[in-house]
Amino acid sequence: MHKRVVFQNRWLPFLLVAPQIAVTLIFFIWPAWQALETSFYLEDAFGFSRKFVGFDNFTRLFADAGYLRSFWRTLVFGVSVTALSMGMALALAVAANRVIRTATAYRTFLIWPYAVAPALAGVLWFFMMNPSLGIVAYMLEGTFGVDWNHYINGNQALILVIVAAAWKQISYNFLFFLAGLQSIPKSLIEAAAIDGAGPARRFWTIVFPLLSPTTFFLLVVNLVYAFFDTFAIIHATTNGGPADATSILVYKVYATGFVGQDYGSSAAQSVILMALVVAMTVVQFRFIERKVQY
Amino acid sequence: MVENRPLAAILTHVVLILGTLFLCFPVWVAVVASTHPGEALVRSPIPLWFGDKAWENYSQLLSGGVPSTGGVPLSTMLGNSLIMAIGITVGKIAISLTSAFAIVYFRFPFRMLFFWLIFITLMLPVEVRILPTYEVVARLGMLNSYSGLIIPLIASATATFLFRQFFLTIPDELVEAARIDGAGPVRFFFDILLPLSRTNIAALFIILFIYGWNQYLWPFLITTDPDLYTIVMGIQRMVNVGEAIPIWHYTMGTAVLAMLPPVLVVLAMQRLFVKGLVESEK
Amino acid sequence: MNLKLLALSTAASVLALSTAATAQTEVNFWHAMGGQLGEQTDAFATTFNAMQNQCKVNSVYQGNYTETMTAAIAAFRAGEQPHIVQVFEVGTATMMGAEGAIYPVHQLMADQGIAFDEGNYIPAVISYYSDTDGNMLSLPFNSSTPVMWINIDLFEANNLEIPTTWDEVIEAARVLKAAGVVSPFGKGWQSWTMIENYSAWHDLPMGTMENGFSGTTTEFTFNNDHVVNHIQRLSDMAAEGLFVYGGRRGDSRPQFVNGESAMWINSSAYFGGFVADIKDFKFTQVPMPVDAAVRAEPQNSIIGGATLWVMRGHEDAEYACTAQFLDFLSQTEVQADWAQSTGYVPITTAAAELMEQRGFFAENPGTDVAINQLSLNTPTANSRGLRFGNYVQVRDVIDEELEAVWSGTKTAREAIDEAVRRGNELLRRFENTSG
Repeated sequence: MHKRVVFQNRWLPFLLVAPQIAVTLIFFIWPAWQALETSFYLEDAFGFSRKFVGFDNFTRLFADAGYLRSFWRTLVFGVSVTALSMGMALALAVAANRVIRTATAYRTFLIWPYAVAPALAGVLWFFMMNPSLGIVAYMLEGTFGVDWNHYINGNQALILVIVAAAWKQISYNFLFFLAGLQSIPKSLIEAAAIDGAGPARRFWTIVFPLLSPTTFFLLVVNLVYAFFDTFAIIHATTNGGPADATSILVYKVYATGFVGQDYGSSAAQSVILMALVVAMTVVQFRFIERKVQY
Repeated sequence: MVENRPLAAILTHVVLILGTLFLCFPVWVAVVASTHPGEALVRSPIPLWFGDKAWENYSQLLSGGVPSTGGVPLSTMLGNSLIMAIGITVGKIAISLTSAFAIVYFRFPFRMLFFWLIFITLMLPVEVRILPTYEVVARLGMLNSYSGLIIPLIASATATFLFRQFFLTIPDELVEAARIDGAGPVRFFFDILLPLSRTNIAALFIILFIYGWNQYLWPFLITTDPDLYTIVMGIQRMVNVGEAIPIWHYTMGTAVLAMLPPVLVVLAMQRLFVKGLVESEK
Repeated sequence: MNLKLLALSTAASVLALSTAATAQTEVNFWHAMGGQLGEQTDAFATTFNAMQNQCKVNSVYQGNYTETMTAAIAAFRAGEQPHIVQVFEVGTATMMGAEGAIYPVHQLMADQGIAFDEGNYIPAVISYYSDTDGNMLSLPFNSSTPVMWINIDLFEANNLEIPTTWDEVIEAARVLKAAGVVSPFGKGWQSWTMIENYSAWHDLPMGTMENGFSGTTTEFTFNNDHVVNHIQRLSDMAAEGLFVYGGRRGDSRPQFVNGESAMWINSSAYFGGFVADIKDFKFTQVPMPVDAAVRAEPQNSIIGGATLWVMRGHEDAEYACTAQFLDFLSQTEVQADWAQSTGYVPITTAAAELMEQRGFFAENPGTDVAINQLSLNTPTANSRGLRFGNYVQVRDVIDEELEAVWSGTKTAREAIDEAVRRGNELLRRFENTSG
């Protein structure tokens, strides 16, 4: 982990880390501190006055059924996005790993959605599922008799953003699963085949366990993605509605602060979310650290 | 493949083709929609094959924008997105390279503290601390400026870790050889480390370019001046112009233009992209 | 003219132009007018800029009303506020409360020596926007009121009379539904049309203390039986398929334009857009229906729309330009043209008279419905308007709760009670911060 040979210089190393540290202190630490401070105040919209209210902003949040529902909704959203995108990606990766000759061609078609911005992914699906002109809504209505209207039906709105969020993330998961699969020695699988294990059995007893580090890594990354990076999908399409059905925690921070102009409550929500990210990062870090040690 | 089963082979291809269709269909619909007049897209079923208005729609978008949502030309937005994406990418790579260099090749007080500070940035996504960050940037007078769009986003724990990992794999003999030649740290950095990092930098460049290009909330908040709008945030106005005439042909045209640059980068540099992605995250 | 002279004169004119450009004072004007309304708003700035060469107004669309208002407030906190911002009527109390942030229009005009007479405006506008001293703190710009838009073709094809009561609306909707109309009834801006204006139209209070006009300790009371019954009626209509919810604000507009809705209650300001977009059927606007169980005759409707607020923190020269631009916008011709092309009501008596003289109301039957509704009776304490703090957020709460009714997860009673409870919390928070 350490270099044996190093340079000696008193000032240079500080100069080298200075830009990164400056940006971190100014744009990360300072705002985080501000969030913590503001979370104890009640402020007017224009910022003329503020009042110290202690833990009032926090107690209000935990007494607010809407905020607690948002926790639950965030969980449903995060787990659905993760399960959907990882499940589909794994199926595709297993398939792509079997076809050797055409693998690169398929790969080309399967990886580019990674480059599509979440906001755009949201807009694409929003258009396809638009109740009056969306092609998917039209097919759902025609084929299954589903009356699709995400303007009124909260569950459908949630499905819309889940699908859009998962769609965008498949490529990413696919690449990692494929890399994981390709690193499994062929000899292992051949040995199992000689022992008479069928493809399904081979997958569950050999391949899947060997993929577990990748799976675990992706699990954390996907949850983080679903909890935070999907803000754009929701903001560009459903705006958290209808009836707050798609208002996940990170959207609420924005909505309370910038739309509701309740700075204290928004800051309190920021603090809660930061605590949540720290917890998730600790989990992720243990994994990274193990990787680093190898 | 271990054994040859025609049924399994067919199933494999079916899965892959279905997956491809699922991933490509939305973009197909978007591209098609952007070639029709607005009136063709007001009720179901909408056309699934190209119309004849591609030229009109795209030239209107690029030169005049969508008048009913403020009329900012998309060429302006594309330019801004490019400046922001390149700025973020270059900034992230530059400051990550130097800090990784310092952390790996020097022993100095507070080294671990700095390392942890950088690490903390992972834990504070901009969406989470959005309001105070906005206020800080406002206090520094950086609203409505390129520096405001770029600088707050250039801290990068992932890039720093990637370079650190890579530097650790470089044999110590190189440093010793450089020392014997009388090269100081600065020359070592430029003459040896940087050339060796070329592939890593290139791979990372792609990932970070996509990251920068796809920024949404940050430019949305800090730009109120239309001359600084970026294309990914610009589309929000079009989607939400609920009271206006249907402009789905423009909205989809904008979506296509907005996703084109990063998608092209990924497709053109597929190998580097895959390397960059898989290595920067692991 | 020889070539050299031509070149010289070109150079001179370029020089003149560029000095003129640098000498111009810039004024930023943020508005929330999307679509055709936005194009026309931008056109006002263009016209004004072409009329003189000292001032240049940058007219910028900042998203919908909520987005524009909140962007302006965030910008004010950051010291990047525009000179003029368009704020919708429900933001009035919040803006009025922010004395350090706003430059009252009557004062601006007095400081700049430009005549400004509040008495020119129609009573419905004055009563909604004046402060307790009768001064207007912002400049009324676009005002409308909800009307019922009617698809005449669908009504004629089914031999229907235009409904004047809610019972008749339901009867007509049943006939239309049977004839295959997807969502016979529709509406937009639901808090404004179905709660605020329903209350004013039937002379019911929205809250205590004269709907907030006499103090910030006001509380909401719109969970009365009449409003609840009305929302329940809409909910029953939705269950019967007579009404399909089409989204917040004006999102349900396509329902009317595509002929999916034959009766659509929303702002009179859709007129301009409808004239441009609807080619395949005849349409008109009629007064909002009356709830016969509450009152036999309607009171008067209240306005919606927005006023222009001037924000503090700029140079005097910029305020001179700001005042000139506002003066330009309040000219009778500008007001009349704007009202004629959009469907907003003429907000000055002079503009209304000019439109009458031009024969606009006679040529476009139905366009006088809005102004007639507004001036039907002398406004009462219940029908002069609303003055609630944090009301922008309350609207969101009402939207959310109503959406829960349309989707069947809450009854009308539960939702309206909850809206009042959450609304009162927001009022208390406003009272706390403005105290």
